[in-house]
Amino acid sequence: MRVAVIQFPGSNADWDALHAARDVAKADARYVFHKESELGETDAVIVPGGFSFGDYLRPGAIAGYSPIVPALKRFAERGGPILGICNGFQILAEIGLLPGALTRNAHLRFECRDVHLRVEGRGPFTDTLAEGSVIRVPIAHADGRFHCDAETLETLEKNGRIAFRYCHPDGRLPESPTERGTDGLPINPNGSIADIAGIYDERGNVLGMMPHPERASESILGSADGLGLFESLGAHLRKGAA
Amino acid sequence: MSAPIGLPNDPPADEALAIEFGLEPEEYAHALEVLGRTPTYAELGVISVMWSEHCSYKSSRVHLARLPTEGPQVVQGPGENAGAVDIGDGFCAVFKMESHNHPSFIEPYQGAATGVGGILRDVFTMGARPIANLNSLRFGRPNHPRTRELVHGVVAGIGGYGNCIGVPTVGGEVQFDASYDGNILVNAFTVGIAKSDGLFFGTASGLGNAVMYVGARTGRDGIHGATMASASFEGETEQKLPTVQVGDPFMEKLLLECCLEIFSKDCLEGIQDMGAAGLTSSSVEMAARAGNGIELDLDAIPRRTKALTPYEMLLSESQERMLLVAKEGREQEVIDACVKWDLEVAIVGRVTDTGRFVCKATPGHDPLDDTPTAKDPQVVVDLPIPLLADEAPKYDRPQKQPDPRTLATGRMTAVGTTEHITDDPGKMLVQIMGSPNVGSRRWIYRQYDHVVRDGTVVGPGEGDAAVIRAFCEDGEKTIEKFLAIAVDCNGRHVLLDPFHGAAMAVAECARNLVCVGAKPLGTTDCLNFGNPEKPETMWRFARAIDGLAAACSALDVPVVSGNVSLYNETDGKPILPTPSVALVGLLESPEHRLTMAFREEGDVIAHLGKLGEGQLGGSELLMQLHGHVSGEAQQIDLAAERKLQDAMRALAKAQLLRSAHDLSEGGLGGALAESCITGAIGATVKLPDGLTPADARLFGEEPSRIVVSFEPDARAEVERICTEHGVPFTGLGVVGGDRLTVDGVLEVPVAELAEAHRTALDEIVGAD
Repeated sequence: MRVAVIQFPGSNADWDALHAARDVAKADARYVFHKESELGETDAVIVPGGFSFGDYLRPGAIAGYSPIVPALKRFAERGGPILGICNGFQILAEIGLLPGALTRNAHLRFECRDVHLRVEGRGPFTDTLAEGSVIRVPIAHADGRFHCDAETLETLEKNGRIAFRYCHPDGRLPESPTERGTDGLPINPNGSIADIAGIYDERGNVLGMMPHPERASESILGSADGLGLFESLGAHLRKGAA
Repeated sequence: MSAPIGLPNDPPADEALAIEFGLEPEEYAHALEVLGRTPTYAELGVISVMWSEHCSYKSSRVHLARLPTEGPQVVQGPGENAGAVDIGDGFCAVFKMESHNHPSFIEPYQGAATGVGGILRDVFTMGARPIANLNSLRFGRPNHPRTRELVHGVVAGIGGYGNCIGVPTVGGEVQFDASYDGNILVNAFTVGIAKSDGLFFGTASGLGNAVMYVGARTGRDGIHGATMASASFEGETEQKLPTVQVGDPFMEKLLLECCLEIFSKDCLEGIQDMGAAGLTSSSVEMAARAGNGIELDLDAIPRRTKALTPYEMLLSESQERMLLVAKEGREQEVIDACVKWDLEVAIVGRVTDTGRFVCKATPGHDPLDDTPTAKDPQVVVDLPIPLLADEAPKYDRPQKQPDPRTLATGRMTAVGTTEHITDDPGKMLVQIMGSPNVGSRRWIYRQYDHVVRDGTVVGPGEGDAAVIRAFCEDGEKTIEKFLAIAVDCNGRHVLLDPFHGAAMAVAECARNLVCVGAKPLGTTDCLNFGNPEKPETMWRFARAIDGLAAACSALDVPVVSGNVSLYNETDGKPILPTPSVALVGLLESPEHRLTMAFREEGDVIAHLGKLGEGQLGGSELLMQLHGHVSGEAQQIDLAAERKLQDAMRALAKAQLLRSAHDLSEGGLGGALAESCITGAIGATVKLPDGLTPADARLFGEEPSRIVVSFEPDARAEVERICTEHGVPFTGLGVVGGDRLTVDGVLEVPVAELAEAHRTALDEIVGAD
């Protein structure tokens, strides 16, 4: 599979995405600079984490004006799989490929630690992960609190577009937004509505998530659970090609 | 050449102004004598920052010369922007630690953030890609009115910068002591990776070559920052706010990527970041290293503020700026990279052979004016480079051993008694684990992105040191290297005996590296002391240098870079002497890595090294009992330390161990508790009989000791390796259950220890 990793000025998990896709998942992965206006030949796109344009104005806001964005939108409309991670999720929300907004974490601080995610919604990045299974991946963000209006939330729930929710290690969802685990830390790390960690778009090919699967794709990093998303993408592309 | 001109509005440059700028009257007289005339206002600014303690190391240079700086592994020693050690396959680890103490006390967020930004630039200036950050922090007593605000600000500032630029902050250390109430310490460390034959240096070589300015525009921030950092605080610090710089990590990220791209084109003669004393020190130091001169056209300096004077441009410490010297005819390649990354770039001068620092500017000309006046550059600065660099003042200041009676002492351990010295050792262990100096740093490191770049193999809170996977890119091939890094210093032990305390800092840091399975390679230091004009401070400084030198030699970890921060005192009250050291080591294989957590029920727990004898000097226990540093100084046997570390490395390489943890604050009791807490499992141990009370032996902080655990089957081989290295081995007990039991001394549920440990910072930072 061919994967394009978009590099905005201030992207800093671009290497993480390239490494996981290329060196671990064995994809043909390369960078595409934000000043390009075409993605080139590719099967999937990763919009990586970081602080594009320094998070100035609002995380992800300025990246929406980069020359590459129209190509990204066309790729999404054609059904191309796009994975936005962390700042990538923020950018996809800002340019309207995903609904809702990522606001400041409930405790107002940057938060970096491992979290557990319950796999729910089906799509190119989650199809081969068992529904209801739990993966452990890190988060690293200050603005990861997903929010949307009641109507949008209902649509997301109803259409199975919630890809991941923050959960206990055994898969239980927290009973309240402030419920803590045995380590004393909140299960929902940022106060996201309905414990949402990642969502698909209406078409089902664009996934945005705050946690970093590309930083948990090798056992040497403490968890290889995130590799499942790349394997799922590979299976999805093979199915499409067949 | 005629004498340089001043500007119409310049204040008169005289002795009074020189003193205001931080010079001594004799230093000003020396400048007059060498110049043979009165300097201009801008020149006096230049001289005073270059001769500041911060830039000239005038009180420390004579002592720093005693540090060992050579070894087969040293690729670059002190004197450049950062040092470097060989890590094999043609690659090196480039690293340095630097202080940003004074700015962080005045404005904690920006002070700490720009400290991180500065050290990152020092490392990537060398041609290295930064792969990890550490920091060493000191704050005042937990209940001091400013401590909470300072901790919040400094931590947010370090995170704000490092998280944005995308370099993981993977470890560090924090201590609280009343001596830092009015003078906190923020020491920032960065390590990067470069090809050993592809390092870049701060040299302005090649006559006529273009001097180029890349990065943020110049403003009025940070003017005289280096001078501020070279003075003690007295009373209000608010008025010093304009001397603190403001950081923009996004700009630095662009600068980093742009510089790495420029390096790959090999179109530079030299490069240096504009750190302390900004444009002045970068130009002067680059010219000095090459034995050349430099001529700057100040009209060409990119600026963000109108009506900047030469004085302001030369002394501004605006952040995220680099000075480059391009190879002949290669300027356009530099410009192209800057255009790609949307960075300001300008040719601002030329390399000359005059040996002089010459600056020209057109009086009244401002490129930001709607219709700038015509340029007619006049010489405004013309100073000999050596006067500002190698021939800057150097002092061997008087020393005096402090009266030992000035150290308050507390209850000593009575040899021969077997009575516990604490009322309830179990309760004391919980209290120690919950002390801000020993407890979990989770609240802090959760605010640092410690996983960016897919390299964090042993992260914060897991082991004695961080282990980082470095991707060394060699053409199409990528080689993975595993580095261990740690930072250490316990100022209490340095106060009691500067020689042994400083040696113990190096020894502990190196021990931390071997405890995660690495071979220590090199050292960087950050020497934080009080006012060097006080003979007692100077004595401590000199003794500490000797201690560092002895330990670095004994453990074969030469000093390759470093920084000195003096005048760390407020209203005449100095900080604990704090010679922080950070070491870099290499793991031969990631399979050798170890963490501190006890893992499996039934594993054997053993103590490596000479058992403690209940020497409590400088311990956390005495701090808990008396509330101040007390007791007799600890002594370190460096030969025994070396043997212990060699044995530990052999054990890690043989992959015989399940855990390893060095004994430091809280002694054996603290180490056992941490291995239990991180492993979420209990342990049952029995201390061998001794001549002093068991709880004193449990909490004493004698150096050169490690607690390990391993499968019962491995015991004979572990003992054999220890014996082979001449290291005492003592079986202590077994892993298992949910309580930590020390036979006849204490029995505490691990959950209770964990709770105390986890909430140790709550009283300072607020409940989570």
